[in-house]
Order: sequence, then C-alpha cells, then structure tokens
Amino acid sequence: MDTYYKPEHLSHFASIAEGNKALAEKFFSYYGAVFADGALSVREKALIALAVAHTVQCPYCIDAYSQECLKNGSDLEQMTEALHVAVAIRGGASLVHGVQMLEHVKKSSM
Amino acid sequence: MGDVPLLPTWGPDVAGPGLPAASPRAVRSLRSRGSELASAETQIETVSRVDLSAMPYAGSFERALRENGWARLEPAPIEIFQINLGKLCNMSCRHCHVDAGPDRSDEVMDPATVEACLAAIDRCGAHTVDLTGGAPELNPSFRTLVDALVSRGKHVIDRCNLTILLTASHRDLPEWFAKRGVELVCSLPHNRRRNTDIQRGDGTFEKSITALRLLNAAGYGKGDPGRRLTLVTNPAGAFLPANQAAMEREWKESLEREHGVTFDRLLALNNMPISRYLEWLEETGNLKRYMELLVTSFNAGTIAGLMCRNTISVSWDGRIFDCDFNQMLELPAVASDGSGFHVWDFDPAVLAARPVVVGRHCFGCTAGAGSSCGGAIES
Ligand code: SF4
Ligand code: SF4
Repeated sequence: MDTYYKPEHLSHFASIAEGNKALAEKFFSYYGAVFADGALSVREKALIALAVAHTVQCPYCIDAYSQECLKNGSDLEQMTEALHVAVAIRGGASLVHGVQMLEHVKKSSM
Repeated sequence: MGDVPLLPTWGPDVAGPGLPAASPRAVRSLRSRGSELASAETQIETVSRVDLSAMPYAGSFERALRENGWARLEPAPIEIFQINLGKLCNMSCRHCHVDAGPDRSDEVMDPATVEACLAAIDRCGAHTVDLTGGAPELNPSFRTLVDALVSRGKHVIDRCNLTILLTASHRDLPEWFAKRGVELVCSLPHNRRRNTDIQRGDGTFEKSITALRLLNAAGYGKGDPGRRLTLVTNPAGAFLPANQAAMEREWKESLEREHGVTFDRLLALNNMPISRYLEWLEETGNLKRYMELLVTSFNAGTIAGLMCRNTISVSWDGRIFDCDFNQMLELPAVASDGSGFHVWDFDPAVLAARPVVVGRHCFGCTAGAGSSCGGAIES
C-alpha cells in the first residue's frame, strides 16, 4: 500500500461485504435507517455526521458529509457552527478533566 | 528585510494557502465579456469533449433513453406554452443558463411576435402559459400579454426573480398579479443569505425577502390557490439538491421564523451545464465531476415526466424549441423533414409528431429525482 487513505475507498465502501456479507448487510441497512428523514431532518442528521466526522477525523466521512450537508440545503455558516460544536465538546472534555487535576493539586499541596 | 513569520499568517481575514479565492458573485454576461462560451456551439462542444466513456451509457443520453425503452423521446400533448420574453434582466447571476443581464436589451420579444404567440396559443390548446426570461416583466408588452391570457382563461405563470419587484416601475406588480390570479414562480437560490448572494450578488437575499413581504401582503404564499407563490432553489455549487419535500418543510419553518415570510411550495432544480453555470464548472475544475455526477445519477423514472414532453418553448425571436435549455443551446425543435417551427406558422399536428431534440445536457434533467420547470419529477 503506497498510501493509507485513498479517495476511491469511499466509493468502494460496499466491498467490505467480501469478508462477511451478512454483517455488512446488517450494517448498511442500519446505516440507511439512521440517516432517513425522521424526528430529525436529513439535513440536521448530516450536520451531526459532519461534526462527528471531524471529531473522529475521518477524511472519507468529511468528504461525504460536506457534500451531503450542501445537498440537503445547509450552507457554510451552518456547517462551520456544527464543527465548532464538536470542537467545543472536544476542548471542553479536556478542560473539564482539569477539575481532577485541581483536586490532585489541592490534595497533595500545602 | 521584514520579519520572516514562523507560522503561516493565514487567519480569518487572509485566504489560506491552497484555498482558491471565492469566485465572483455576480458576473457580466458571457456575451458582453466576449467569452468563447457565449456561443452555443462552443458550449455543446465543451460538454461533449468531457470523457465519460467509463460512465453508464458511455455518457450518451440517446443511449440512456434507448436502453430504457425510448427509441426516441416522443412528446405528449402540449399543456404548457412557455414564452421566453427576452434575455434582458436586472440581475446577472453566476449560474444563469440564459446568459441574461442588463446588457441584453436587444434580445427582447417585440409586440408582433407577442401577438403571434397569442394566436399560436389559441391554436394549440395549452391550458397554461409560462412566462420566463431574463426578467419577463421587463418586456414592454408584458402586462398586455398577461391581460390577454387571463381574458382567454389561461393559467398564467410568471417566473420572477423577486428583486425586479423592488424596481420603481414594478412596485405595483404584486397587487396587479393578485387581481389576475397569476401564479408566481420565484427563484431564491437558498433560504439563507450566503448561498443566495454567492449566486446572485451581494444584497440579493435582503431584497428577495423584502419582495416576499410585498407578495405576502398582496395575499400570495398563504395557501390561496388563486395566489400561489412557489419558490425555486438550485444548488450554489457542483452538487444536486436532495429531498425537495424535506427542504420545503425546513425552508417554510426557517423563512417564517427568521424573516416572517411564507410561501406555498418549493421546487428544487438541478443546474444545467449550459452558459454561465458551464463557465463556472469549467473555471473551477468541476466540469468532469459534475457531468459524471449527472450521468451516474440518471433516473429512468424521470423520463415520462420530462417537461419537454408537455411544454413547448418559444424564443424572443419566435422560434419554437422543446425547452428553454435547448433554446439557449440553439437546438430548435425539428420536424421529420428537417425544417424548424416558427410561432407564426407552425402546424400543431406536425409539431406533435416530432421527436424531442436531446443531447448530453439532458442528463441534467434526469439526474436524481429529476428536474424540470416543475421541480423534482419523482417524489
Ligand atoms: S438566473 Fe434569472 S435572475 Fe439571474 S440573470 Fe438569469 S434570468 Fe436573470
Ligand atoms: S434539456 Fe431537459 S427538458 Fe430539454 S430536451 Fe433535454 S431532457 Fe428535455
């Protein structure tokens, strides 16, 4: 393998069924159901997916859900706000652990 | 020597390395810029040069039709008579397939041709007349024509760009339309400012919202079938619109909540690889990818509902086309003997016997849920 990430892997995603068709079918039908229009709109789900994609830093998902967000009527401002939600939770998750640090410091310092 | 920055200096105000500058928002017409793409022939060549040999049907629309049971694209009875009243427009949007603009004042339908259209409508029996442009309202015969159609009992559709309603001589149009029951099909690229202004120029979104308020005040967009207000969206980029019904729901909710305006229905159209949108595709390196997207999204279920089957389209100079897109590509409707049709003297029976003229651009109409002047074809 000359490089780990290849854009064409995205369109070949379905070939993952080769090793286990039954599980792949279950996964893809579940996946399809998750993204169907429901109590949340397809557009809102695509924005959540975009934020998660950046959190797990998956280039395939970033590619797919940037496109999906646009297709479903989101604009750059909405997409950027979704991203900042992910960033805030990521940053906040680190920072809130600082309270543990603080406790340690208080306990073991004079 | 100045300081060498240790870190790249890009930030919110500086374009980052490798990021292309935003494309110009509104542009002048291809014709006024003397662009090669102003020629319909060059547009057709540009699209046909794209290598789609590895794509379904090898990128041939005729083959896609054939393999789905249509040896030729037969028209159905004419229901809609569409008139392009001219290429003159108060705007000049980035994606315009007409290459319309304020400079195109010499390509406007004259009163004699308008008369000929009325006579033709009487002969062919269409129940609906669809007025488009450019900005159709800029044609000096516009109001006379609408009145003549209304008195004939025709359903009249005006394809309106919204901003024209704010210009001095058109301020009274909302009330004027309401009195005559004209259906308004208004283009608004997006329900938010950014993607609207990207296509139509800065400030367009604000103006469009003001125009929608005027229409609401005249009774449009409130569920009254005699004052129907339809909005038309098309993507600001190289992608296809998704679910029209879900978008309609969200647009209704957000336009009412954020701007206090209402409308009746949303149509989502695909952008066609023609004229200024084609130029944008080429300039941004998106042409091949977009054509591949159109071809791989081919949906045979859209063929029967294509607008070219129940609509004829007349150009400002009175020639007859299968649709407004063919009109812009200078591909007139042709009879089996190879002759064209003119609004002055066409024979509806001969017209009905013609096959529709198709080409690669037609993949724009059959992609995804399909796209016609009536929006998605399949729900
Ligand atoms: S897209 Fe419509 S409003 Fe914009 S320039 Fe073309 S005709 Fe005018
Ligand atoms: S461009 Fe669309 S409407 Fe026109 S002939 Fe082709 S398929 Fe029909």
